[in-house]
Amino acid sequence: MPSDYAFVGLFLVFGVAFVLFVFLLSKLIAPYKPNPVKKENYECGEVPIGQGWVQFNVRYYLFAIIFVIFDVEVVFLFPWAVVYKSLGFFAFIEMLIFIAILIFGLVYVWRKGALKWV
Amino acid sequence: MENGTQTAVFYILSGLIVGSAFMVVSLKNIFHSALFLVLCFFSVAGIYILLSAEFVAAVQVLIYVGAITVLLIFAIMLTAQLYSPSIRQSNEQVIPGIIIVGTLLIVTLSVLRRTSWRISTQGIEGQSTVSIGKSLLTTYVLPFEVVSLVLIAALIGAIIIARRE
Repeated sequence: MPSDYAFVGLFLVFGVAFVLFVFLLSKLIAPYKPNPVKKENYECGEVPIGQGWVQFNVRYYLFAIIFVIFDVEVVFLFPWAVVYKSLGFFAFIEMLIFIAILIFGLVYVWRKGALKWV
Repeated sequence: MENGTQTAVFYILSGLIVGSAFMVVSLKNIFHSALFLVLCFFSVAGIYILLSAEFVAAVQVLIYVGAITVLLIFAIMLTAQLYSPSIRQSNEQVIPGIIIVGTLLIVTLSVLRRTSWRISTQGIEGQSTVSIGKSLLTTYVLPFEVVSLVLIAALIGAIIIARRE
């Protein structure tokens, strides 16, 4: 029932309201006296080099793609887990095949060295 | 009462979807656009819950809000000169864009108006996740196993394309 999610909605509203409230409070209470040194990007106390927006390494993208694929795999585990008890051994074998095929993919990625940071 | 609340929630969510989608296309900083896209996806998940499609809502949050957004944000962070004011975000194809989108709008509206929407008299039985799981593992077991092959093909394709550099 959608009405079961009323509490989730309430939680969401209060969560957003709380964050907004805290931001507003700090804006009202905290003194605001900026100077160039204060507005600098924080880089562990060092003098920052360049901008905060930097180009990231392409290598991250490969990890993101691998993550998406295994995320989709996890999605299929949910309906399986819900009906697992009523379907029994047959469902277990089916999921075993499904995961085995994807584990082969993981092994392939591993062997290719795509998980290594070189 | 129940119906009134649902209608109100529907309008709030729709407002969030349309508003955040508009922000996605109009903001100057594409990183902020990606964050508004998260809000848009999340509100769509709310619409799914309103339709009692809990599993689809969970998938929406896991795949779209979780994974696709990560992919998009990585893609944005890979671009050079992300935040330089000299780059224009809009492209030059405004007039063709208006024509195509306008045509699409007219076609969609005419289809929506001509379809006679039949409302099912029977309600939704039980939980949608259970029935999805049952049919996935009995009737549609072959497509289910093929999904893993499709995923592995995507994985291998991504590796091969990325390794060629």
